[in-house]
Amino acid sequence: MSELLVPFAYEYMLKAMFVSALVGAVCAFLSAYLMLKGWSLMGDALGHAVVPGVVAAYLMKVPYAAGAFFAGLLAAIGMAVVKQHTRLREDAIIGLVFTSFFAAGLLMASINPTAVNIQTIALGNILGISDEDVWQVVIIAGVSMIILILKWRDLMVVFFNESHARTVGLNPWALKILFFTLLAACTVAALQTVGACLVIAMVVTPGATAYLLTDRFGRLLVLSVAIGVTTGFVGAYISYFVDGATGGVIVTLQTLLFLAAFFLAPKHGRLAARRRAAAPSEPAL
Amino acid sequence: MMDVWDFVAVPLSYGFMQRALIASIFIGAVCSVLSCYLVLKGWALMGDAVSHAVLPGIVIAFVLGLPLAVGAFAAGLFCALMTGYLKDNSRVKEDTVMGIVFSGMFGFGLVLFTKVDTDQHLNHILFGNMLGITARDLVEIGIVSGGTLLAVLAERRDLLLYCFDPQHARAIGLPLKVIHYSLLVLLALTIVASLKAVGIILVVAMLVAPGAIAYLLTDRFERMLVIAAVVAIGSSAVGTIVSFHVDGATGPCIVLIQAFVFLLTFFFAPRRGVFALRRA
Amino acid sequence: MSLVAAKGRRTHVASADVAATLSVRDVTVAYSNGVVALRDASFDLGPGTICGLVGVNGSGKSTLFKAIMGFVDPRHGEVRIASLPAAEALKRGYVVYVPQSEEVDWNFPVLVEDVVMMGRYGHMNFLRIPSVEDKRKVDEALERLDMSGYRHCQIGELSGGQKKRVFLARALAQEGRIILLDEPFTGVDVKTEVAIVDLLRQLRENGHLMLVSTHNLGSVPDFCDHVVLLNRVVLAAGPTARTFTQKNLERAFGGVLRHFRLEGGELHADEDRRRVTVLSDDERPVVFYGDERGDEEPLRRKNHEDES
Repeated sequence: MSELLVPFAYEYMLKAMFVSALVGAVCAFLSAYLMLKGWSLMGDALGHAVVPGVVAAYLMKVPYAAGAFFAGLLAAIGMAVVKQHTRLREDAIIGLVFTSFFAAGLLMASINPTAVNIQTIALGNILGISDEDVWQVVIIAGVSMIILILKWRDLMVVFFNESHARTVGLNPWALKILFFTLLAACTVAALQTVGACLVIAMVVTPGATAYLLTDRFGRLLVLSVAIGVTTGFVGAYISYFVDGATGGVIVTLQTLLFLAAFFLAPKHGRLAARRRAAAPSEPAL
Repeated sequence: MMDVWDFVAVPLSYGFMQRALIASIFIGAVCSVLSCYLVLKGWALMGDAVSHAVLPGIVIAFVLGLPLAVGAFAAGLFCALMTGYLKDNSRVKEDTVMGIVFSGMFGFGLVLFTKVDTDQHLNHILFGNMLGITARDLVEIGIVSGGTLLAVLAERRDLLLYCFDPQHARAIGLPLKVIHYSLLVLLALTIVASLKAVGIILVVAMLVAPGAIAYLLTDRFERMLVIAAVVAIGSSAVGTIVSFHVDGATGPCIVLIQAFVFLLTFFFAPRRGVFALRRA
Repeated sequence: MSLVAAKGRRTHVASADVAATLSVRDVTVAYSNGVVALRDASFDLGPGTICGLVGVNGSGKSTLFKAIMGFVDPRHGEVRIASLPAAEALKRGYVVYVPQSEEVDWNFPVLVEDVVMMGRYGHMNFLRIPSVEDKRKVDEALERLDMSGYRHCQIGELSGGQKKRVFLARALAQEGRIILLDEPFTGVDVKTEVAIVDLLRQLRENGHLMLVSTHNLGSVPDFCDHVVLLNRVVLAAGPTARTFTQKNLERAFGGVLRHFRLEGGELHADEDRRRVTVLSDDERPVVFYGDERGDEEPLRRKNHEDES
């Protein structure tokens, strides 16, 4: 029993669990929107595209968030410009831009192997996070969370029905920019916990899991955030016992929850569907 | 003139560089051909997904004592099949499902990797290790990529029809399911062949950039294949040699050369480039 | 924040008092590919009006709606709503637009009542937290369209007609004085069509102004008191009896519609020179009965006006 409480005795573990839960919460909040729009590749792309900014920031000893944000912005502009001038499909453009950015980050890191640990950036290292980075993550995640709590209904209307949003006086363009800014910010925060490669899970999986469990957007948000907090916290806790790979543990937990919902969800689950198919006389509710 | 010669000849005086160059040409060839289909079909995320998903396969294959390529192939295919199954049986969108499956497998692979004592370096799996390619690796790469290339070229018309107009393909009696899964198998094989050289994370660049570049340069599919192959092989070779001189990782160098070629095409392509459009 | 809330309430109160007028002056809309979708369109409509907007596909009906809603900028000309510039009236929430087919993700996790509540957003404060009044308005709107029983259904579980009614309920909850409906009868069941027409009549009693585009020519004389005939230009505009004539319709639809005539021996055994002309756009046809001058009123169902 006492062995299970060991992680709570270490300050670095408490820090890791708290930060992971916070990042999990705000990423899960965003995931509710992202997964409904079919923009998963966008989440993955932002996660990878910020890497050269992070490497450059570490090399120049400036806050990593600033560099990441700058690189993310540059990548977004690049995608928009290419999209405007070519007939290439969107997914190809996104794939092209983010891999190029990521490659630039890798190359910079490989030329300066002592200054930057690329594995930390790609896979996260929440157990070894510096206090300065903790503050950056907490501020980013906290501010994003507050904005989302204030504006979630407006974003919902814009994502559900843009033309209607306009007729009730919302500005869809501004709200979308706000959304992608928040997404970029949370990607940057998530780099610290799960790393560039697994950011996509944080901004997609909890929302998709909640989507299988409810038909109401408000509840979907609550469920999604609950999943994000729990998996972040528990994942960091478990990673103490498996010696690292915190990001891997968190994402594995999220995926397992998704699979559980996929099979067991009361209305949209596989088993429920099979039951309905077996007893067609019962009205499907 | 002498400088250019030295630029190429000095690196090639090393055995590991010769092997790297040969490998990069094989990989460039097979990836470029596949990339034409992925770009037209809108499967960039599929390439990304399958490549990330191979990680647990590699670890499990190591534990079971199987060839790593077999594990990687099985895991990549599992990811694609799982995605199809989850999508068909829930209301979650395809790209979301794909993101969930591949990130879940990748995350699980990372956990496995830390628990298993392997002789592999995680960095090499993730980012490739072109300069560490052995003669045996080279044979493996040659067989896998050569076989894949032949298969794709033999089936190129059916695959094209499947990407372009699946309804019509069905109407004239092509087995859509079979073509769909063969394309997935070929994709997984290509990724397995490229892993050693460019790593899990950058394979997708090899699987998108050449096709995208060629698509800006021509309207005819056969030409697109040729242009993509030339671009990919050229950038792989140049990237490998450049990486020797800048003393940086090889995979990223290749990808960045491709990105550079894309930028050139984007601006200067004769009919679809930004400048050509502006003149028109 | 309280300031914003106060402003929200004020516009809401003003919305109910304002006289619903729509004035379109010389509006020309051209798209970036150079196609002129609408040229010098002008007409005026006042409160308590249901105006049918009639024309072939591509005649500029949707473009006109978009120009009124400010989704496209006219090359020249002006739209004034309730005596205000269109942008100002839109900002105050005077106008409601119900598009032909909502471009929404039907799997989006929202219930019927959530969708209707979205109509109230223009009236809510910064945080968009529904008030008791908002909830009451939503209940009323659902009740009026006979959709209360479906309020907890996910939006995608409804039939086409039910979906249409939900979006009409949302338009009601929005409380605009001017309502634009794009092809409200396309693809809906008879029950929904009757419900829509009844609702439009009630709203007319309350002084609303409605502009309704439709292919359903036969139903135009049943419920529209005004008609605008469109074919890239306004061919005719005015009260239905004067405007919705055979001659004008033939100008608007020349060669496009199914069009047949019964006259002479086919119709009458004697020397009666009157004839029957049927114009149909694949839905309910419009029927004219009279001589060849072509300016008589169309036949309409007798019972309708008397009932209401």
